[in-house]
Amino acid sequence: MPGAIDALLPLRIGIVGVGYSGFDSMTPGLSTRELMFEAASRAYEDAGIDPRKDVQSFICCTEDFWEGISITDEYMPDQLGAVLRPLCTVSSDGLVGLATACMHIASGLADVAVVESHSKASDVLNPSEIMSFALDPAYTRHVEADPRFVAGLEMARYLKDSGTKREYCAEVAVKNKRNALSNPRSVHGARLTKDEVLGSQPVATPLTDMEASKTIDGSIVFVLANAQKAKKLGNHTVWINGIGWNSDTPWIEDRNLSRATYAEQAASQAYKMANVRNPASYFDLAEVDDTYSYKELQHLEALKLAPRGKAGRMTSSGVFDKNGRLPVNVSGGSLGVGHLLEATGLHRVLEAIMQLRGDAGRMQVPKARKALVQSWRGIPTATGAVAVLGN
Amino acid sequence: MLKRRVAIVGAGITLFRRRMLETGKELSFEASKMALDSAGLTLKDVDAVVEGSAPDAFDGVHMKGEYLLDGSGGVGKPYQRVFVGGGTGVFTPIAGWWNVASGFHDICLCVAEEKMSPLHPHPQYAFWSIFDQILERPLGVTLLWIFSLEMRRYMHKYGITEEDIAHVAVKNKGNAVDHPCAQLGARITVDDVMKSEPICWPVKRLDVSPPSDGAAAVVLASEKTAKKLTDQPVWLDGVGWTLDSTHWTNRDLAYPEYLEKAGRMAYKMAGIKNPRKEIDIAEVYDPFDYKELHHMEGLQLAGKGEAAKMTVEGVTQRDGDLPVCPSGGLLGVGNPIAAAGMMKICEVFWQLRGEAGKRQVKKDARVGLAQAWGDLMQVGTVAVMRS
Repeated sequence: MPGAIDALLPLRIGIVGVGYSGFDSMTPGLSTRELMFEAASRAYEDAGIDPRKDVQSFICCTEDFWEGISITDEYMPDQLGAVLRPLCTVSSDGLVGLATACMHIASGLADVAVVESHSKASDVLNPSEIMSFALDPAYTRHVEADPRFVAGLEMARYLKDSGTKREYCAEVAVKNKRNALSNPRSVHGARLTKDEVLGSQPVATPLTDMEASKTIDGSIVFVLANAQKAKKLGNHTVWINGIGWNSDTPWIEDRNLSRATYAEQAASQAYKMANVRNPASYFDLAEVDDTYSYKELQHLEALKLAPRGKAGRMTSSGVFDKNGRLPVNVSGGSLGVGHLLEATGLHRVLEAIMQLRGDAGRMQVPKARKALVQSWRGIPTATGAVAVLGN
Repeated sequence: MLKRRVAIVGAGITLFRRRMLETGKELSFEASKMALDSAGLTLKDVDAVVEGSAPDAFDGVHMKGEYLLDGSGGVGKPYQRVFVGGGTGVFTPIAGWWNVASGFHDICLCVAEEKMSPLHPHPQYAFWSIFDQILERPLGVTLLWIFSLEMRRYMHKYGITEEDIAHVAVKNKGNAVDHPCAQLGARITVDDVMKSEPICWPVKRLDVSPPSDGAAAVVLASEKTAKKLTDQPVWLDGVGWTLDSTHWTNRDLAYPEYLEKAGRMAYKMAGIKNPRKEIDIAEVYDPFDYKELHHMEGLQLAGKGEAAKMTVEGVTQRDGDLPVCPSGGLLGVGNPIAAAGMMKICEVFWQLRGEAGKRQVKKDARVGLAQAWGDLMQVGTVAVMRS
């Protein structure tokens, strides 16, 4: 692997078009396909392209059970303008789809590629049962509990091994929900105290309700281009300089629950590509997975943005606040904006792009030049991806 | 402009059977292990893993790619699951191709697995959920219905008979007798096909491939690495895929335009100008016997409406001018969806290396093609390989 990536340097793939739709707890007026159409139309307009002529590859990140349809790629081409064009499903988080588009461009297969992912979570009547269907059918699924028990177990292990104080996790929720109040896309913004967070209903002890993100609806579309094409398209390119993805074992019982090994590995690939030597001082902002409060801390440590066991205390002392040394989830993250199922990674990229374009409004981090984005696929996986972005 | 050439350096396959005792993870492991062993590699040498598997509904496992991760050797590695319905099998090595051709990775293990048997009483029920919730599902529609429509339309447009089409089933099931993994190899006659039970006319029992469990895998490597690993790399020189509109009712069912476009994409990449002359062997997707003919036409290996004649005349036999499905295809070897497409990739690999044993075609095959198809009769995936 090292040899291969060295040959690739420097990675420079432009995100030249951005479109999104939805970002609400329910979108009863629009079908999934209509949500996608809106997001795609906006992205193509932003990039100044015609999808029927200018795009060589379309990638959708979906999972059948969330869609309520088997083989969901069947229902993707028309609303993306991709009929009779190369389109495929990558059954993963949107950030892995973004990595796929990067590979299509780096291989020379495509000059311009489109990535889409969405959530129509409000159509899902039984999200908890669907999550349970991802547990091992023979060994784990029979545990008749909210599948987020896996997060409760992991959180307990992380707190114990890292020596992190319980209340620091609550402070992540306080920070992100407060940040979200400045984000026009947010659904779950709130001004809360850490006692309110700690006192909310338990989801899976020690995790509480306000520390667990809630799903929302939305579609996100990006148009990517090689460096040469990017110069001609759009007018505010954000560059992907490094991207990595990785998975730990699917056996929950076999993992080191206190560490996000997948994020460590994915980051090491992305940092290598982007030549990031000292991540803690390299980035101007980071959008990091916060599906559950403790996950943000665990991920910050895996990404080497905080020393092991220190992310909680640093959060508490304001290092990761909007005005802190390294703003983390200044968008409000998944806790504040909402969780978009497989589109969550693309949501984080979207927020980072807004910052790097200087279009983040009240959330704007001054002089934002380099951003880190990281995603996790949620329970019960240990799969995640990392992207290094710059403007 | 393509930057790096990619080669297949190893292949592996499990038995294809109606019900395997092995789990999906175990099937993936067996195929991966055989592929790595044949390339003289271990999992440590692998930079990235691609898994292909069709609907999660077969296994009743959400995020099936994550579930199959360890069986496929993806632990601690960049791992992707790609998915284009029945086209997934040939699409899986295409995904491996971009992992290597992009320069992201040097060695990529590509595994395709399908275990259809967990669904009771019959895996066909999973296909009900591929249809539109509002317009189609209330009809209780199955895949066989729409394929019988397509077969009927194809027959009508070109004046092709059921007997003509039956020759494909006879050839492929006969070829499969020589495949050690085959589920339904048999020496049958056109008469046997015609007398078999109609399932959804004009589709009869022997016109259609069986549900199966199984897995197949290949190892891909960059040019430099491949040359170090083997004297006989098989180059994956062209890849192509396209999806047609969701609205299958609005399409010309007699001709697979999506496949023509996918084929042209792969041919252009591989520098093939006249496929009928330049392709030596073709593993064309044959879940139904008429589909082999339909696909040969889409791939420009036969003129429109002419594939049946070529088949009846024996052109597509193993000793013919253009052997098609020398493996025995899905009709003979079996149809574990994603694994079936990968089986075709494996077959072309072995044929081009002269390692196909009793299945080896008579002509000196240098350029081969593997193709798969799926979704709502809508996706074509094509790989062109060279020795």
